[in-house]
Parts: sequence; C-alpha cells; structure tokens
Amino acid sequence: MLYAILCYHDEDAVGSWSKEQDAAVMTKLAVVQDKLTRQGRLGPVARLLPTTSATTLRKDDPPVVIDGPFAETKEQLLGFYIVDCPNLDGALDVARDLAAVNPGGAYEIRPVGLLNPGSLPT
Amino acid sequence: MTDTAWIDAALTSARPQAVGALLRYFRDLDTAEEAFQNACLRALKNWPQNGPPRDPAAWLIMVGRNVAIDDIRRNRKQQPLPEDAAISDLDDAEERLAERLDGSQYRDDILRLLFICCHPGLPATQQIALALRIVSGLTVKQIARAFIVSEAAMEQRITRAKASVADAGLPFETPGAVERSERLAAVAAMIYLVFNEGYSAGGDTADIRKPLCEEAIRLARLLLRLFQSEPEIMGLTALLLLQHARAAARFDAGGAVILLDDQDRSLWNQKMIAEGLALIDKAMRHRQSGPYQIQAAIAALHARAARPEDTDWTQIDLLYGALEVMQPSPVVTLNRAVAVSKVRGAEAALDMIEPLASRLSNYFHFFGVRGAFLMQLGRSDEARIAFDRAIALANTSAEAAHIRMHLDRLMRDSAGAGK
Repeated sequence: MLYAILCYHDEDAVGSWSKEQDAAVMTKLAVVQDKLTRQGRLGPVARLLPTTSATTLRKDDPPVVIDGPFAETKEQLLGFYIVDCPNLDGALDVARDLAAVNPGGAYEIRPVGLLNPGSLPT
Repeated sequence: MTDTAWIDAALTSARPQAVGALLRYFRDLDTAEEAFQNACLRALKNWPQNGPPRDPAAWLIMVGRNVAIDDIRRNRKQQPLPEDAAISDLDDAEERLAERLDGSQYRDDILRLLFICCHPGLPATQQIALALRIVSGLTVKQIARAFIVSEAAMEQRITRAKASVADAGLPFETPGAVERSERLAAVAAMIYLVFNEGYSAGGDTADIRKPLCEEAIRLARLLLRLFQSEPEIMGLTALLLLQHARAAARFDAGGAVILLDDQDRSLWNQKMIAEGLALIDKAMRHRQSGPYQIQAAIAALHARAARPEDTDWTQIDLLYGALEVMQPSPVVTLNRAVAVSKVRGAEAALDMIEPLASRLSNYFHFFGVRGAFLMQLGRSDEARIAFDRAIALANTSAEAAHIRMHLDRLMRDSAGAGK
C-alpha cells in the first residue's frame, strides 16, 4: 500500500530556524530517506515553498483566485513523502523515524488511492 | 536539532505576536518585554518536561500576563510570588485564550509592534535597532555587533529610542482601514531599511551584517502572512529575496565588490530566487503597481538572466522609467542611466545623469557611474577626476578598492597608449 505522509508544522517556527538548523534537519531527514530508498520504498518527496507564495483557486462559478493557502490555520502543509508500506503500522514507523529527527508539528498519514508518477525529469 | 534549539526557534517565532499582545494589555513596552522574558524562562523550564504547548504564542501570552500581574500585585502588597504550579496548569486556560485571540486582533498587535519602531521622530538607525530589539528579539550584543558599535553605545541608542516612543504615546486604538494601510507602508519602509543596513555593508563586514538581511526577510514574510493580498508587501518580500539571493556572489575572498556582470551566477541562491519570482508573479496579477513591485521586477530580470548578456536591459530601462514617475529621485535616474548605457550607449547615459550633478554632488555612486561612462567613451582624464571624487566619498573600504581598480586600469591603459 502506498501512503502519503503529509508534513504539517507552524510555518513561523520553521521559518525561524537558522540556516544551520535547517541544514542539520535536512541532513538527518536524508538519512531516513536513504534507508527507504535502499529498500525501494520511497516515492516522490516534496518540500513546498512558504505559504506566502501560495495562491488558491476556489472552484466557484466562475472560479475565484485568492492569495494565500487554502486554509488559514496555525499549522500549514509544508511538504509530503510518498512511501510504500505493508500497512498503517509500517507507515507510522516511517513517520516516527522522520519525527525523531524533525520534532514539532504533525504528520498526517493518508493511504494513496491513485499515484500518477508523472514524467518530470528529476 | 536539540530540544533547546527547538524551543529557541519556537520562542523566536512566537515573539512578535506575544510581545504585541502583552503590549496591548500593559500599554508599556518595558513591562511587555519583561513579561515575555519571564514567560520564556518558564517555557524553558516547563516545555522540556511537558512537551511543547499546542499554541506556543498563546501559552507565552497567558503566562507572561499572569506573571506580570502577580509582580504588580506583589509590589503593591509585598506578598510572595505564587508557586510555579499555580500558573502552570494552563491546559484549559490556553484553549480559551486561543479562542479569544482572533486573527484580526493579533494581526493589529503585530502591526502595532512593528509600527511603533517607525516613529518618524526616530532616525533610521534607531528605528532599525528598536525593531531588531523588540520585534526580532535580538540581544543588544547581537545588534551592536551588526552595527559595529560598542554594546554600551547600542544600549544607550535603544534606551533613547524607547524613551522617544513612550513620549510620543503608543497608538492603542484599533486602526481604521486608511490608518492600517498607512501603518503598513511605514512598516514596509522600516523593513526595507533593516535590509539595506545589511545589504549595503562592505565585503569586510558583509558576513557580520548578513543577519540583518535575513531578519528583514523574516519580518517581510511575517508581514505578508498577516496581509496576504497586498501586492506591495509581496513585492517587498520578493525584492529582498531576489537581492539577498546574490549575497554569496557579491564579494570576492578578499572582500572586494564583484559587480553584477562579473558575478559567478552559480553562487546565486536558486531557492530564494524561485520564491521571489513566485511572489512577483502573484503580485503582478493584482495590476496595482507600486515601487517595491517595480524594484522586484527589475531584480527578477537580473535573476532570470543565466548570463549577463541575456539581461533584458530594455525592459529594465522601462521599469526604471515607471519607477521615476512613481518615485522621482535622482538615485532612480542614476540607476536608469546604467540600463540606458547598455541599450543606447554611454553617451546617452551620460547626458541623462549630467543634470543630476548638483543634487548628487556627495553621492559615491554618482561619481563611480559617471567615471565608468566616461571611461567607456575614452575620456580618461575626466574619468580619473570622477573616480578620484568617488574614492573620497566611498562609504566602505570595499567601495574605495573597487574604484581604485578602475583607476589602475585607466593608468595602465594610458601608460600603454603613451608607449
């Protein structure tokens, strides 16, 4: 089963990390990702730019374009991982590994219904 | 990251909202800052044990308020402080407080906190120092280091700035729409000042002053999150990101200035450029142009050019033309002249800046640019005079060294011609 691990965190807090802190977290996360890659279980990973760069299209008729993210909440969607796990426990294990090196915020674990791997060069 | 580093980051990020709210309660800057400081001390004790609160800012406001009120009571009645446990039981209270903290109110809290630093009676350096102290929460030592002055001098500067702010009276009424947009403009200008203070540093001090640029970007993002649909705030944030993206390429190892044309573009920070371009894209959709957006659009054209010769100077000339109309200033015209020299040649550019001579007679860049145009036209003697004047007016040793390099080239060329 494919799971999406959606990363939510207070953007102000992440934005207050120094460059060194940010790099340290990314290095530790890379270790967790490398393990999954070696097992052939890691799909696409995305880190999104700050929500201040977000635009929302509300599908009204006609559609309305709004500046900012869809939801005005304290914790924002900042990125996601797609991982292959046998079951929810497996996905929770991955999320725990990620959380251990990147405290604060929350991971939402959602089974993936359809994944189109796309054709973007990486 | 260690636990304490995480807490530090949480405290830093909660600071503007928490100090802003505490200022609204206590109507006194020193009391608000002290209350926040006390709340932070409790957080450092409490959070490692109990885990981070759901809403750190609400927790800090609540605790800061309680501790300060207790202090006031104690001073009045000389009663002992309540036990820590009495104020640590915050779960329900935090929930209720978080509900009361509706978005628009804390938006005005943060704006007010930023706005009191922009008091027009304060000179620019004091505005910047005050903002870094009370909004960003940098220590006096850190700020003194960035300004390359002694800690005592900076302490005095901040104390004086705080006194002026207090004398002027803090604006506590909820601002109306016009007032809010005026405050927003003043705050945007102040954030730009913070950035410039770091950006205009010479190569010898650029590393020390870089935190000023980073802090300005953080403040701009904060402001943009509060005012998501303001194209000028998008423009300001984009401008700062696009300018700062070049930081690693602007000076050589010896601290000498590297001009845009000669910079190693692979050193430009592509992530910042991507964010800046995304923001200017968003801003343009509003079709409400403004000075920050135009400057960001100019920076974007530089950022988009993979090689110097790919730069769209015609478009840059047009954008500076628009900026001249919006914000007439000899400095803008001087910048435009650089674009004109690329599009129509040095002669046209020189004609354009001659009328500025009287107004820019003490401006380093005027003579640097003028000398460069004259040099391109082969008018070496006049170029040398302009460069000499530029060196006399240089603000940093890196600026002077850069002009000296031009002079050396002139000397070499004329020596070669004499042979």
